[in-house]
Amino acid sequence: MFPEGTFLKRLIFMFIQILLQAPTIVQKDIPLPLPVPEWFLIVVLVSMFLVHMLFINFMVGGSIITLAYQLLGLRKPDYDKLAYEVAQTITVNKSMAVVMGIAPLLAINTLYTTYFYTANALTGLMWIMIIPLVTIAFLLLYAHKFLWHRLEKNKLLHISILATSVAIFLFVPLIFLTNVNLMMFPDKWSVVEGFLSALTLPNVFPRYLHFLNACLAASGLLLVWYFGRSSFDFEGKFPALSRYRIRLNLYTVTFYGSVVQFLVGPIVLMTLPTQGLGWNVLGVILTGASIAVFALFWLWKELNAQEAQFGKHFPKIAVTMGIVVLFMGSGRQLYRSNVIDPHRKLVAQKTADYEKMVQEARTEAARPPAAGPATAINMPGETVFNGNCVACHQVDEKLVGPAMKEAAQIYKGNINGLIGWIRKPGKKREGPAMPAQTHLTDEQVKQVAEWILSLNT
Amino acid sequence: MDFPIFHLDFIGNRAMIAIIAVLHAVINHALAVGLMPVVTMLEIKGFRLMATQPELAEKWDRLAYRILFFAFIITTTIGAMTGVGIWFSAALINPASIASLIRVFFGAWFVEWGVFVTEVVLMLLYFLTWKKLKSSMAMKFRHVKYGLFLSFFSWITMAIIVSILAFMMDTGNWNTNRSFLYGFTNPLYLPQLAFRTPLAMTMGGMIALFLTLIFTRNDQPFRAVALRSISKWVLVWGPFAAGGAMLYYYMIPQNLTGNLPVAMGTIEFQSWYQQIIVIVAVAIGLVILLANWAYFRPRTTPVWLAGVSILLIAGLMGHFERLREFIRKPYVIGEYMYSNGYRVEDYPLLKRDGVLKHANFVATKEITVDNQLAAGRDVFILTCSRCHTSNGAVNSLASKFTNMFGTKPWESGPLKGYIKNMHSARYFMPPFPGNDEELEALTVFIKSLQDYPQPVPGAQDGLGFQKATPAKPLAYN
Ligand code: HEC
Ligand code: HEC
Repeated sequence: MFPEGTFLKRLIFMFIQILLQAPTIVQKDIPLPLPVPEWFLIVVLVSMFLVHMLFINFMVGGSIITLAYQLLGLRKPDYDKLAYEVAQTITVNKSMAVVMGIAPLLAINTLYTTYFYTANALTGLMWIMIIPLVTIAFLLLYAHKFLWHRLEKNKLLHISILATSVAIFLFVPLIFLTNVNLMMFPDKWSVVEGFLSALTLPNVFPRYLHFLNACLAASGLLLVWYFGRSSFDFEGKFPALSRYRIRLNLYTVTFYGSVVQFLVGPIVLMTLPTQGLGWNVLGVILTGASIAVFALFWLWKELNAQEAQFGKHFPKIAVTMGIVVLFMGSGRQLYRSNVIDPHRKLVAQKTADYEKMVQEARTEAARPPAAGPATAINMPGETVFNGNCVACHQVDEKLVGPAMKEAAQIYKGNINGLIGWIRKPGKKREGPAMPAQTHLTDEQVKQVAEWILSLNT
Repeated sequence: MDFPIFHLDFIGNRAMIAIIAVLHAVINHALAVGLMPVVTMLEIKGFRLMATQPELAEKWDRLAYRILFFAFIITTTIGAMTGVGIWFSAALINPASIASLIRVFFGAWFVEWGVFVTEVVLMLLYFLTWKKLKSSMAMKFRHVKYGLFLSFFSWITMAIIVSILAFMMDTGNWNTNRSFLYGFTNPLYLPQLAFRTPLAMTMGGMIALFLTLIFTRNDQPFRAVALRSISKWVLVWGPFAAGGAMLYYYMIPQNLTGNLPVAMGTIEFQSWYQQIIVIVAVAIGLVILLANWAYFRPRTTPVWLAGVSILLIAGLMGHFERLREFIRKPYVIGEYMYSNGYRVEDYPLLKRDGVLKHANFVATKEITVDNQLAAGRDVFILTCSRCHTSNGAVNSLASKFTNMFGTKPWESGPLKGYIKNMHSARYFMPPFPGNDEELEALTVFIKSLQDYPQPVPGAQDGLGFQKATPAKPLAYN
């Protein structure tokens, strides 16, 4: 299927394949009605997905920051303690991330059933790999957290444990992004060949960058709050560090994470296939972006504030960021429905037509056959035989079981023996055994036995 | 089934789903539903002694915490992810069935999600606040309450899921009256719950027993006391588990003879039905033996025996889960949808027009003399691949037909004769849905397995459209 050559050539080839015009598949939907109104599913999908993503951001960003602090800790031990502190938050965030992901998964499964499952199947191996990969990442995170003091002497090992789970966390989002991208483009389904080729869909990597920045921005902000709490005895725990400095650094992470979004965002927008772009999408996204400007403004003020004034703008920043995310999430859903909805209409039409054909074929089949050659079957036992035994027996020749003529010889004058065999077959010959025919009524068994014996004449 | 079909042609699709599902069920029963009440019970023991015997109280507390630690690590990693994995793998392997189930059970799943969030939050609270909330009686009391709530919600999670499992085996009246409640109140629900609840409790007790044997090695006097109270737990629940298993065992045929008379006749079911009695007897017997041993001779109780009996009950569970698998065959949703993903009502149309014509994700639409092999492979993917591999390790067609027709070249006539009637020959297989041309193509493909077997790719390797005549849109006309 692929031209011979290097990995790179293969990728380029795939990329070209993806860009080519390919037949658009129009599938049939599940013919049962939606269990709840569509708007409800959309609300669940958008809102719960954002909550899910928030925890994912905290989890991924948190582990990256832990890793960074631990590396710094090699020089300055207090940073290692700081890393330990951040690692504590990941346990909670990762569990919440998984469980909050179930609702949007359920909603997308219900609303976009055939689209989502199609994307899943087309990238199937990698899709199912998510399960073991994430399990391993979680186990490693626990090992990292609970063996912290025992591995004090072996930092290299300790840090590599964390680095491995960070690497997994950085990879898995690509699988998800590929899937939600692929599901929107039925015109690509027929040319995609597994995960790698779907990965080359034009929009995957810009969105990935967008996601990574969001992770850093969100976890920076979370930790600014976490270390700022008055109940948190920062000075006692980390005598060599300044609470203000650390929080300032975390703010900086958030700031840069957000500024870069202003560069990556337009790229995401430009690489989106145009078929879903509309004024509604642009309007929502641009509104979100302009609100983000306020957040950036306050962030800037925080970065330049006096130590005494520091932290004053935090609530405003958190709230505006939340609103921005809500806008971006809605924009994303609008885009998705812009792209898919016309196709969904075709699918609905095809499903309805198909159901009609199904019903027609059923009535046709239920009609009693026109009086045909009534002569063919003259004993009821033959009907039983044709319905239940022909898979394994023929009249004259051995198939799976022996020819019925042979059986007729064996049981000549012994109909009860024959009935007994059919009810409870034994094992005589080489090869498979005959399954007991317990589903037949006594009457049917008798009929078929009579018919078999009638072959003797 | 109008989906691109994911297919593992070596280990088979069912093997993948079975591994994930059994792992999840065992962890869920043993470490969540069953173990949380035991941990809470141990914590309460310590709590009661806090004022009078603080040292002993601390021992109970420590034991409870260490057992919880173990459960926490496993349930929040492998447990949680295999739970998601069941969804993922079911959606890959039989999307039509899981999609239909979601439409019937959306409400149940949504509620389940709420309960599940509560369970996770309680689990985090219970585990993470253990050390903070132990300085005073009042705090400890609050903490114990988290444990009780957690135990309750873990059980509710299971109670909801069981209804969905029961539904898949027996749709009750749902097929004539399609509403959610009918699905929920189906006849196998209560027997299943009556079996699973004490089974989970027994398993939880066994795990606690096992861990206590390990954790209290250096404190013989406390070990004796601890083992006694845990084995009492096992001895109370064990007989109920045995009783539940028997009840369930007798209810299955009563409920299924109405629907699936022939299921009783299949060889596979018969052997299952005979084995289960033996396995139940041995497993429960061993558990009761061990619990008695721990109760009367705590000092000499062997750890390995505890380990063995836990594996045995896990095996028992796996065995019962297998029951669901084949008892509902040939259906995935009783009387409504066959395991190949086609609905019962699709059959007349498909038999008339063929399956290829109505499948939108296969490249071959029309069978010609040249493409018979490719078409046959597609027919195999659509009609056999949910249960068989072509030539792989598990349940391969090549081995099945070799068994039946030997190694000399197979002939089309008998092959066709068998497939046409395979449902009556082996009730657990759905009838072949396609038309005669497709049957012909399928036999061409099957014969190719004998002299030139090639692995059959699934949708994860691409749909193979590019190779078909290009530029002809397949779009709906
Ligand atoms: C799944 C395949 C299969 C089906 C379906 C099947 N048989 Fe058989 N039958 C066999 C096999 C295999 C044998 C040879 C068993 C042996 O000799 O060990 C056999 C043997 C027999 C024999 C010979 C018994 C003897 O004493 O040698 C009779 C008679 C017979 N079958 C009748 C029937 C009838 C009647 C039906 C339908 C109601 C039926 N079979 C359905 C596979 C089947
Ligand atoms: C619902 C799942 C299912 C489907 C779909 C299915 N089979 Fe089977 N088939 C089974 C099972 C289960 C067995 C028994 C395996 C065993 O021996 O343990 C079996 C056994 C067989 C056997 C051996 C039967 C015997 O008497 O020993 C053949 C041949 C066979 N299948 C062919 C097919 C063909 C061809 C198709 C597609 C047209 C198909 N099956 C579709 C589940 C299925």
